[in-house]
Amino acid sequence: MATFLVVAVFIAFIALIFTGGYNSDFLDRARKTKIWDWITTVDHKKIGILYIASGGLFFIFAGVEAALMRIQLLFPNFDFIGGATFNQLLTMHGTTMIFLVAMPVLIGFMNVVVPLQIGARDVAFPFLNALGFWLFFAGALLFHCSILFGGMPDSGWTSYVPISLNDYSQGPGVDYYTVGLQIAGLGTIAGAVNFLVTIINMRAPGMTLLRMPMFTWTTLVTSALLIFAIPPLTVALFLLMFDRLFGGNFFNVAAGGDVVIWQHLFWIFGHPEVYIVILPAFGMISEVISTFSKKRLFGYTSMVFATVLIGFVGFMVWAHHMFTVGLGPMANSIFAVATMTVAVPTGIKVFNWLFTMWGGRLKFTTAMIWAVAFIPTFVMGGVTGVMLGTAPADYQFHDTYFVVAHFHYVLIGGTVFGIFAAIYYWWPKMFGRKLNEKIGKWHFWPFFIGFHLTFFPQHFLGLFGMPRRVFTYESTPMVDMINFISTIGVIGMTIGSLAFFYNIYVTTRYGQLAEADPWDGRTLEWSIPSPPPNYNFAQIPLVRGLDAFWLEKMAGKKEMIPSEPLQPIHMPSSSHIQLIISLGFFMSGFGFVFRGFELGALGLAIAFFGMFMRSFDKDRGYYIPKEELENVEKGA
Amino acid sequence: MRAKRSGFRFLLLFVLSTLLLAGCGKTENSTLDPAGPMAEELLFLINLSTGIMLFVMVVVFGIFFYVLFRYRERPGDTHIPEQVEGSVKLEVLWTVIPVLLLTCLAIPTVSTTLSQAKMPEDGEGLKVNVTAYQYWWAFEYPEEGIVTGQELHIPVGQKVHLTMTSEDVIHSFWVPRLAGKTDLNPGKTTEMMIEASEPGIYRGKCAELCGESHALMNFKVIAHEQEEFDKWLAQMKEPDSKPKTATAEEGAELFAQSCLSCHAIAGADFEQESGATAPDLTAFGTRTEIAGILEYNEENLKKWIKDPEKIKPGVNMPGFGHFSEQQLNALTEYLMNLK
Repeated sequence: MATFLVVAVFIAFIALIFTGGYNSDFLDRARKTKIWDWITTVDHKKIGILYIASGGLFFIFAGVEAALMRIQLLFPNFDFIGGATFNQLLTMHGTTMIFLVAMPVLIGFMNVVVPLQIGARDVAFPFLNALGFWLFFAGALLFHCSILFGGMPDSGWTSYVPISLNDYSQGPGVDYYTVGLQIAGLGTIAGAVNFLVTIINMRAPGMTLLRMPMFTWTTLVTSALLIFAIPPLTVALFLLMFDRLFGGNFFNVAAGGDVVIWQHLFWIFGHPEVYIVILPAFGMISEVISTFSKKRLFGYTSMVFATVLIGFVGFMVWAHHMFTVGLGPMANSIFAVATMTVAVPTGIKVFNWLFTMWGGRLKFTTAMIWAVAFIPTFVMGGVTGVMLGTAPADYQFHDTYFVVAHFHYVLIGGTVFGIFAAIYYWWPKMFGRKLNEKIGKWHFWPFFIGFHLTFFPQHFLGLFGMPRRVFTYESTPMVDMINFISTIGVIGMTIGSLAFFYNIYVTTRYGQLAEADPWDGRTLEWSIPSPPPNYNFAQIPLVRGLDAFWLEKMAGKKEMIPSEPLQPIHMPSSSHIQLIISLGFFMSGFGFVFRGFELGALGLAIAFFGMFMRSFDKDRGYYIPKEELENVEKGA
Repeated sequence: MRAKRSGFRFLLLFVLSTLLLAGCGKTENSTLDPAGPMAEELLFLINLSTGIMLFVMVVVFGIFFYVLFRYRERPGDTHIPEQVEGSVKLEVLWTVIPVLLLTCLAIPTVSTTLSQAKMPEDGEGLKVNVTAYQYWWAFEYPEEGIVTGQELHIPVGQKVHLTMTSEDVIHSFWVPRLAGKTDLNPGKTTEMMIEASEPGIYRGKCAELCGESHALMNFKVIAHEQEEFDKWLAQMKEPDSKPKTATAEEGAELFAQSCLSCHAIAGADFEQESGATAPDLTAFGTRTEIAGILEYNEENLKKWIKDPEKIKPGVNMPGFGHFSEQQLNALTEYLMNLK
C-alpha cells in the first residue's frame, strides 16, 4: 500500500508540473487538449481504437510473460525463475491474453466496424459504450497493479478452488483477479447489450437480418453469448471474493463447501468464452476472404446458421473441461458427443471459406495472407479439439501440453491471425493510412513460422507425458529436444510482433494515405471517407442486398443511394462522467483487494454518485447544421 | 510462390510429425507406449481419432492448396468472378460426411467411457486408497493394513482399484503408461482402475496445478510379479524397523524427537502422537527415490533433511539445518537401514 501511495503522489506531482498547476483556466486548457478529447469521447470509432490500443498494450505484457515461461522451460531442471514466479506468470499470461487482449481487441473492432457496416451514425447507447470501455480499463489496470503491489495471482487463469483460497494463495494476487475481472466484466456486459440493441434497431433501411455482413452477424451472436456467459463468471468470482475477503464457506470443504461447483460455474462461462473470442474472428476472416477473392461469401445463409448453432451448442459442452473430475461415465459420454457436434457447423464454415475462394481472383495482400493462414492453422486446432472431446482419450490428453498446443492453435491460429487480418484490412478505414505491405510480410512470416515451431511440437510433449503448468521437467532426450525447439519458436513470434509495432510507427509517420475504398470493398464502411467523419454517414444509405456497396458499384454507381434528404444530424455530447464512475470502481477495487473496506465503500459511493449525476444530466446532445454538412461533403 | 512455400512447410511438418510418432514414440513416460490394458484402450482411441482427423486435414488441405494455386490473381487479370451464392448439394455433402465421421468416433468413445468406468467386483483384485497432499502421495492398502508413501507397489496382471481423495487442494493422479488421469478432490472420493501387464517402474505425476511444487509432485508405480509382490507385502507387514548399530540407535532417538509428529514408521517402538501428516517411512531403505525427485543416496537424503524447501519449494516439512553432521549421519543411517 505504501508503494502505491508514493507512486500516486509522484504521478500527481509530475502531472502538476506538466499542466502548470491548477488555476482558474486550468479546466479550459485541459478541455482543449487532444487527450481530453480522447478520454471523454463517446464516438464509437474512437472508443474502438481505445479498446484496440489497450489490448495491444496488454498484449506486450502477456507476451513477455510467455517468453519468460518459455525460457524457464528451455532446459530440464533449469534455474531461471522458480515455481512460485512461474505460477504467477502463467496465471497473468492466460488471464491477460483472454480477458485483456483477445476480448478488448475484438470488442474494439466491433465498435469501429459494426455501426459502419450497418449504416448507423453511432451505437445505440454512446455513453454506455464509453462507460463500458472505461470500466474494462479500470478492471484491467487494477489487475495489472498486482505486478507492482503485493504479488500476482498464482492459481491459473481458471483459478480453481481450493488452490485459490486464502490458505493456499496468501497474497492479494487472487483478490486482484476476482475484483479486477468483476469490474472488467461489468464493462463487457455493457458493451454486449449495446451491440445487441444497435444491431437489432439501427440498421439502415433495406438491411434485413440476412443482408447483414458476416462480421456483424458474428458480433450479434457473440453479444448474445456474452450476456449469458458473463453472469455465471460474475457469480463464481463473487463467491470466491466472499470466501477470500469475508470468510465465506462456499468452497471450504471443512465447513461443508464444495470445490467442484467452482469448476462448473467457471466453465459454464469458460466454454462460451471460447466461442466469444473465436466467432468475431470468423466474421473478420469472412470479410477479408470475400473481399480479396472478389466474390460473395459462399453459402452465406448456412454460414449465418452455422454461427448461431455454434453459439447455441457452446453452452452445452462445458463439462468437457472436466472429464477427469469424476462426474461419472454417463455425464462424460453425453458431453463428449455434444462436443463432437460442434465440429459440424465449424466444418461448414471452413468449407464455405474454401469455396468462397474457389473460382475467385485471389489477391494476396497482407490482410489476405493472414486470413488464408488462418484456415489450415485453425483446422489443426479444430481437429485436436475433436480429439480432446473424445472423453476417454482426454483422460490422457487432459492437463498436458497437448491441450496447451490445442488451444494456442485455436487462439493464436484462430483469434490472433483473424485479428491481424482485421488490423491490416480495417486500418485504412480507422486511420486513413494503409499499413505498410512490405513490413507486413516481415510481420507475417516470422510470426507464422515461429508460431508453428513453438506449438506444433507441444502436441508431442503432451503425448510423451508432460503435464501443463509445470515449471520444470525431468530430462529425457525427446522431451528436452522438443522443449528446446518450442522455445526457439518464440524468437520468430517476437520478431514478427516487433515488425508489427514498427509497421504501426512507420505507417503513422510516413504511411501512404488511403482512399475511401482502398481494397475494392463490398460493405457499407467502404462507401464513406477514410477515416470517416464523426457522424459517419451524411445521409443514411439505402441497402439493396447483401454486399450493398459492391452491388451499387456493379450497377455502375460510385456511391450508395441515400435513403433520406440531407438534414441536420443529431450527435451525442462527449462526457466525463464515465471516468468518475470507473475511477470509483477502481478505487473501491483497490480498497477491497487490500481489505481497506472504508476505501472500498468510498469508491463505490463515488461510482454511485457518478451514476446519479448521469441520471439527471440534462445534456441531450447537439445538432450538426445542414450547411456544415454540405460544406464537408463538397470538400470531400 | 507464397502458397508454394507454405505448402512445402506443411508437408515438412507432417513428415516430421509422422517420423516423431513412428520412431520416437517410445520415450520413458509416453502415452503412446502403454503397459496395461486401460492405457491400451485409450491408445486405440487416440489412434482412431488421429486417423479420422488426419483424413479430414488431408481433404481440407488438398482443397486449400488447390484453390491457392489455381485462383490466385495473375498479372493483368481484371475479370470479375461470378458471384456464386452457394450450393445446397455441397452444403449437404459437407454436413453429412462429418456427421458420419463423428459417428464413427462417437460410438467407440461412449463404449470406452463406459468400460473405463467399470471397477473390479468386490473381492476381485487389489484395493488401494490414495490420498494426495501438497506435494506427496500416500497409498494405503486397507485389506493388508499397510501404508506407503510415494511408491505404489502392485502385482502384475491384477486389477488395482484405487479410491482417491485429497487432503488439501485438487490433485490429479496420472501414470501415462498405465491409465488416464483422475482428479483427487478434497471432500470427495473418486475411483479408478489401473493394471500393469508387465513388471517395471512406471512414473506418475500430479496433473492438476496444485501449487509451487506442482511440477515436482512425482510418484512411482512399481509393478512386481505376483511372488515378488507377496514377498514385498510380507516384508511390509513385518518390517525390520529396529536400529542395529549404536549410530542407528542415536538416529532412532532423534527420529522420535524430531520427526515422529508427522512421519510414521511401522514396526518400531514409537508411540505415534498424532495421525501421519507426512509420508510413511516404513521400509525407507527400499525406496528408489527421495521425495519423489532426488536420486536415492545418503548425500541427497541429508540435503533433503537440511533444507527441503530448497528442493521442493512450498513443502510443509521444516528444514533441520541445525542438526550436526553427526546427528545427520545417525538419522540417515537409521532411515536407510529400514527394511
